[in-house]
Amino acid sequence: MGALNLLVAVCLGYVAMLFLVAFMAERAAARGRGGWLRSPVVYTLSLSIYCTAWTFYGAVGYAARSGLEYLTIYIGPTLVMLGWWWGLRKLVRIGRTQRITSIADLISSRYGKSNSLAVFVTIVAVIGTTPYIALQLQSVTSSFSSFALYDPSVRQIGDSDATALWVAAGLALFTVLFGTRNLDANERHHGVVMAIAVEAVVKLFALVAVGVFVVWGVGGGVSETLARIDASDIGQWQMHNGRWAALIFLSAAAFLTLPRMFQVLVVENDDENHLRTASWAFPTYLMLMSLFVVPIAVTGLELMPKGSNPDQFVLTVPLSQGRDGLAMLSFLGGFSSATSMVIVAAIALSTMVSNHIVMPIWLTLTGGGAMISGDVRHVVLLARRMSIAGVLALGYLYYRFSGGGAALASIGLISFAGVAQFLPPLMGGIFWRGATRLGALAGLVVGFVIWVYSLLLPSFGPSLFMSAEILAHGPLGIGWLRPQALFGIGGMNPLVHTVMWSLLLNSVVFVVVSLATFPKPMERLQGAQFVNVFQHSGNPQGWSGGIAQSEDLMVMAQRILGAVEAQSFFQREAATQGLAGYLPEPSPEFLQRLERELSGSVGAATAHAMVGQIMGRATVSVEDLLAVADETAQMMEYSSQLEAKSAELTRTARQLRAANEKLTQLSVQKDAFLSQISHELRTPMTSIRSFSEILRDADGLSEAELDKYAGIIHSEAIRLTRLLDDLLDLSVLENGQVSLNMQHGNLSEVIEHAVNATGVQTAGLRMVRVRALENIPIFTDLDRLAQVFINLIANAQKYCDAEHPNLAIRVTRRDGYLLVDFVDNGSGIPSDSQALIFEKFSRISDQKKAGGAGLGLAICREIMARLDGAISYLPGQGGAAFRVSLPMKAAKAAE
Amino acid sequence: MAKIRPSLFLERKSYRQRRVRDAARLMPFLGALLWGVPVLWAPPGPYGISTSKAMLYIFGVWLGLVLISLALSRWLEPDADTEPTEGN
Repeated sequence: MGALNLLVAVCLGYVAMLFLVAFMAERAAARGRGGWLRSPVVYTLSLSIYCTAWTFYGAVGYAARSGLEYLTIYIGPTLVMLGWWWGLRKLVRIGRTQRITSIADLISSRYGKSNSLAVFVTIVAVIGTTPYIALQLQSVTSSFSSFALYDPSVRQIGDSDATALWVAAGLALFTVLFGTRNLDANERHHGVVMAIAVEAVVKLFALVAVGVFVVWGVGGGVSETLARIDASDIGQWQMHNGRWAALIFLSAAAFLTLPRMFQVLVVENDDENHLRTASWAFPTYLMLMSLFVVPIAVTGLELMPKGSNPDQFVLTVPLSQGRDGLAMLSFLGGFSSATSMVIVAAIALSTMVSNHIVMPIWLTLTGGGAMISGDVRHVVLLARRMSIAGVLALGYLYYRFSGGGAALASIGLISFAGVAQFLPPLMGGIFWRGATRLGALAGLVVGFVIWVYSLLLPSFGPSLFMSAEILAHGPLGIGWLRPQALFGIGGMNPLVHTVMWSLLLNSVVFVVVSLATFPKPMERLQGAQFVNVFQHSGNPQGWSGGIAQSEDLMVMAQRILGAVEAQSFFQREAATQGLAGYLPEPSPEFLQRLERELSGSVGAATAHAMVGQIMGRATVSVEDLLAVADETAQMMEYSSQLEAKSAELTRTARQLRAANEKLTQLSVQKDAFLSQISHELRTPMTSIRSFSEILRDADGLSEAELDKYAGIIHSEAIRLTRLLDDLLDLSVLENGQVSLNMQHGNLSEVIEHAVNATGVQTAGLRMVRVRALENIPIFTDLDRLAQVFINLIANAQKYCDAEHPNLAIRVTRRDGYLLVDFVDNGSGIPSDSQALIFEKFSRISDQKKAGGAGLGLAICREIMARLDGAISYLPGQGGAAFRVSLPMKAAKAAE
Repeated sequence: MAKIRPSLFLERKSYRQRRVRDAARLMPFLGALLWGVPVLWAPPGPYGISTSKAMLYIFGVWLGLVLISLALSRWLEPDADTEPTEGN
């Protein structure tokens, strides 16, 4: 019994060592010194739980039976890791932003936090993983038996079933101690990850050690070993091509969808950039793990007697060579592989079972659920512990009923095919917004049923579920329902057959039902979040309205997160809202974060339901949906709206500025004018007064003097009258009291009249006219129009400062308007004055030369407004230019 | 007298980054292609491939892919968040 005791002692010692590692790691993490725990190397090594006892023992057996086919199991994951930029990066990002706790959580969360989907995924995962756990039990049990073969003193503890039971119980205890020590808000297990990283090193080291021993110790070098490989039974490349492709695909799919792989890949991932290292380091690990498999298998085939179990060559080859130490190392490697897989798988499954099955049921049973006092966390922990025990019990039962005789590889592949059913909803969920909950559910059901019917049930052997009769002729003799030849297509490899039909029909049903159904708002919201995870940094607001009691939320959160966590979270949130104390306003943002926080402990669906109990229903408003569903389009539209708005604002500001400038200048002008007008009025008044005084007081004035003085008084009086006339005219025009004398006439006559009236012909201003164009009949107030023209011509006469002044009068018709431009060749009007020239009392130059009171253009503007036309300054004509526009109807009516 | 014209591609670095990302995306397809070759190999017989040669090929591809992936992971900028639009 010595050797057996030694084996058990080694196992216990090893487990104790792992526990210590885990304990130290957790303590270091708790003290904040766990930086090194979170290195990319640890992450990469933790991925190695992909290599279970199936790899450690089974790969060699697989190689001994089927040559290099075992490589497919490692090539698939290698391809997935190489393609990390496509899929894994997105999964990890989604996992982190949505606080995903398991693959069931991810799928349920993506499809509108649907609990029915979560429950179904959990059930499939448990059923799919059960054979895998059975596989670990079987391999550990067989490794005990292998030692018994070589050491008669080692006897089985009872029989192999009893050994398996002991191992299962031990592993359950181990996992409970490891994985449910506390309820982590992030569902991350620093200790466990560290322990499996150590185990990863142990198993790699053990397998490589055996390989080195076989190649150089037994084989005699690389070239000799290669020669022996070629000389063996598996010396020729012999591959079922369908299997080669199907298995690579299957293992790639399983790598993403196995609950334990999802746990380490996504849930335990601490930093997205760890993937960068893992993208080459994990393929290297897989390569090293599979490098020595064939040499070991070939050596085993040579050295071992016919009929010995090739799954045990890793152990039995060193034992047969008397290398007990190496065999012990190899045993530890296998033990490591089995334990790490079982621990993580059990943790992942228990999380799913407790979050998606136990908690919802418990919440329903306790009625008000979250409102009852007491700590929910012990319920969660208890649920997890029970789930772990349950999962291992299932594994044990599978081991018992499948007879424990099947090759490890075939058991593992059954598991792979089961969990691979998650692939369509998973990939569809993160790459296709149109995927719906019903589609996912329908596809999963179809795939699952085919898998159970065509692969799982037959795997128990003909005695249990599927009789040979059914396998050969189908249930009730229906030929096309034969489990391994569905739809009458027989002759396929059973595994390839199942993988093809289940995944094909799963995908087809998933797509078709998704296309045909309509998603609920929450689904669309989540779908957009998942598919566009790289574009969305913010979270949608699922909660709105409702009057929640922050205190109730606090009570609930304390019971799930723990008092300290919850209080600090609430305090933080309150501080963010600018409130003192512990109770933040139940704003949508806060509720969203709280739900996220809770979902780290109990899963998205449950957290959603719990907050929902207090909040009332979560409402997704159309605005929310729009905002997320078309965020990109929305953003673009919004930004262009903003741009337009800002342009409009700029325009308005410019207009306001211009108006303000105009007002200021006008005010200045008005002041100036008041003094000007007083001056204007005063000058003639003064001369009238003084000359009339002279006439009254002075004696002996000559006739000529009398005439002269009376003439001055008269002309000054006329000047005054004209000024007052102008003012009156303007005021009449402005008040709209003017009556127009509309009559038919000709434009050229009006211009001619104006030119003659100003007498410019003799005054040196040269007129440039094209008379042919001026011959346009018009119907308007001809006198008023002539007044405008006279004013413009007189202005040109007065202000044009060119050496040889000329004035061009151009007549054009455009857009229903008759346009008459008056362009001189002077220096024009400076742009800062252009806005003012039509204002009353405005004067561009101070010089007296103008003689008028600055009312001419103002009068022109009023006249043109009365005539339904306009007068405007035309800049950029090389001189002062005014444009008079008359509506064409005035001309039309004349015709 | 030729004027020195400014380079057309001012953002050479980000351009290179996007191409490295393209290469990273192509990696699984390269792997699938190379590991798809064994499907074409002849069945056991006069033209059969010996297991040792098959191993050398498959592990050679493995090593090559790992090395390329290592190089790519070095070149890829650490913060993928800064990419303006996914897929460019």
